[in-house]
Amino acid sequence: MTVTRASAPRAAHAATQAITATGLRKSYGDKTVLDGIDLTVPAGTVFALLGPNGAGKTTAVKILSTLISPGAGSGEIRVGGHDLAADPQKVRAAIGVTGQFSAVDGLITGEENMLLMADLHHLPKREGRRVTAELLERFDLVDAAKKPAAGYSGGMKRRLDIAMTLVGGPRIIFLDEPTTGLDPRSRHTMWGIIRELVADGVTVFLTTQYLEEADELADRIAVLNDGKIAAEGSAEELKRIVPGGHVKLRFTAPDAYRSAASALHEAARDDDALALRIPSDGSQRELRSILDRLDSTGIEADELTVHTPDLDHVFFALTTSAAPGSVPAQHNQPKENAR
Amino acid sequence: MSSLTLAARDTTTMLRRNLLHARRYPSLTLNLLLTPVMLLLLFVYIFGDVMSAGIGGAGADRSAYIAYIVPGLLLLTIGSTVVGTAVSVSNDMSEGIIARFRTMSIHRGSVLVGHVVGSVLQSVLSVVVVGAVGVAIGFRSTDATVLEWLAAFGLLVLFSAALTWVAVGMGLISPNAEAAGNNALPMVLLPMLSSAFIPVETMPGWFRPIAEYQPFTPAIETLRGLLLGTEIGHNGWLAVGWSLGLVVLGYFWATAKFAQDPR
Repeated sequence: MTVTRASAPRAAHAATQAITATGLRKSYGDKTVLDGIDLTVPAGTVFALLGPNGAGKTTAVKILSTLISPGAGSGEIRVGGHDLAADPQKVRAAIGVTGQFSAVDGLITGEENMLLMADLHHLPKREGRRVTAELLERFDLVDAAKKPAAGYSGGMKRRLDIAMTLVGGPRIIFLDEPTTGLDPRSRHTMWGIIRELVADGVTVFLTTQYLEEADELADRIAVLNDGKIAAEGSAEELKRIVPGGHVKLRFTAPDAYRSAASALHEAARDDDALALRIPSDGSQRELRSILDRLDSTGIEADELTVHTPDLDHVFFALTTSAAPGSVPAQHNQPKENAR
Repeated sequence: MSSLTLAARDTTTMLRRNLLHARRYPSLTLNLLLTPVMLLLLFVYIFGDVMSAGIGGAGADRSAYIAYIVPGLLLLTIGSTVVGTAVSVSNDMSEGIIARFRTMSIHRGSVLVGHVVGSVLQSVLSVVVVGAVGVAIGFRSTDATVLEWLAAFGLLVLFSAALTWVAVGMGLISPNAEAAGNNALPMVLLPMLSSAFIPVETMPGWFRPIAEYQPFTPAIETLRGLLLGTEIGHNGWLAVGWSLGLVVLGYFWATAKFAQDPR
C-alpha cells in the first residue's frame, strides 16, 4: 500500500555522504545530456534517479562510476569519500556497477564469470571459490553455473550481473535500470535482492523509468528530465507536489446520496454516479471525521475509497510539459486503496 | 602488493580469460591457420613448377622453392593470426564486461596486455603448426645452429608482438568485428607484396623499394638467413628496428585509444 510505506531514511544517523556531485554536466557535440545537476546520497540509503528515456540517467551513472569523464564545467564529485577526478582507482575500489546492458562475459560460464571477478578482486583461491559458491546459491544460479552465460535468460543474466558486482563486497552499488526488460516475477525477485543489499547497509544508486519501482525501493527520488533535476524528495514529498488526494464515497440509493451530499457540503458531487469526492490527505484523522459526520446523520455509504496522488501524477506533471508525448503511457491509473 | 605485482596478476587473469575463449571457441584460430596452410600447398603443388623455375632457373626442383617459401609463410601466419586479434578485440570491446572492467580497481592496461600476450602465444603456436606442415612436405633447415634457432624464435615472437599491438589498436578503432577484419587486412596483404613468394629483384623497378623496406621483407630475409644460411645483411637491423618501432607505436596508440571514453 502506497500510503503506509515508510519513507524515513533507513540510516538517518549516517552523517557521511556516499555520493555528492555538484553541477554535473555532460554534452556530446551541441547536445546537452546533463545540464548541471546536484546529487547527494547519504550512506546506507537508496537513491532513485527517475526519468523518461533519454533524460540522462545512464550518463549520470556512467560519470559517477568512472566509466566516462564528467563534462567541462562540472563541479566536484565525491564517491565513497574519494574525489572522482583525483583518485578514480579509489572510487572504483569502493563501488560496484551493474549497467543497463548486461556486463557478463557470454563466452564463459556463470561460474567462470564469478571466479574471474574473484581473481580481479585479488581474493585468495579458496576465498574466491567460497564467495562464488555462496553468491551462485543466493542468486539461484547453481543449476546454470556450468553453462555459458550467453545462453542465460534475461532475468538470469541480470542476476549473474548483480552477483558479479557483489563479489568484492562494494559499499556503494550503482544499478542502471536493473529491471528494464524483466518479466514481473523477475522484477519482484530483483526488488527483493535490492532490499537485501540495503538491509546489509549498502548504499544503492538506482535509475529507473518505472515510478512504481522508485516508490517501492527508494528513500529519496530525483526526477530527471531533459538533463535537469525537475524535483527531488521522498516519494511522499513528491506526491505532495501535485494535488488530488481525496476520499470517494459511492451510494446505490439516491436518497442516501442526497442526504450525504447535504451533510458533507464541501464534497464535489457526481450526480450520475451517485458519488461524492471529498478532498483529503487520506489520514486516519480525516477519515474518522468524515465517517463520524456520516454516522451522525445515520447514512451508510456503499463504498469508500481513498485516493492518494501517486508518483505517476508527479511524473507526468513534471515531465510532460518539456517533452510531450515522450512519457511512457503505462500505469496512468491512480492507485485505489479500498478500505 | 606492489603495483607491479598487481599489474602482473591482473594481466595473468585477463590472459587466462582470453585463452579460455580461444580454447572454448577454436574455430576462429583454426580458420586463420587455414590461409597460410592453403597458400603453402597452393604455391608448392599447383604453382610449384613455374615458381621453382623462376627461383633457381631451369632445372631447379620443387624442394628449392619449398625452402624459399616456408620462412615467408611463417611470417604470413603471424599476419593472419593478428587479423583474428583485431576481430576479437573489437568484439570484446562491444561486450558489457569491458565496461565492468573499466569501473573496477584493476590495472588499466591488463585488458590489452592480456589480449597481446594471448595473441602472441597463439601466433607462436600457429607458426609451429604451419612449420610442421612445411617440414612434412620437405622443408629442412640447412645449417642452423642452436643460437640461430633461438634467434629465429626470438624474431618470430618480437614480430608477433609488433603486429599484435598494431592489430589491437585496429580492433579498438573499429566500430564492429567486420570493420576490424577489414582494417587488419593489410596484415595478410603486405606479405603478398614482400619477398615471401618471389625475390624482390624480380619485381618491377618502381615497386622494388616498397617491397624491400616494408616490415615483412626484412623479417622474412632475416628468418631465411637464420634457417637457410642466406645473406642477411642490413635486413637483421631493419627487422628488429621495424618490430621495436611497431611495438612502441602500437602500444601507445592502443593504450591511448583504450583510455578514451568508451562510445
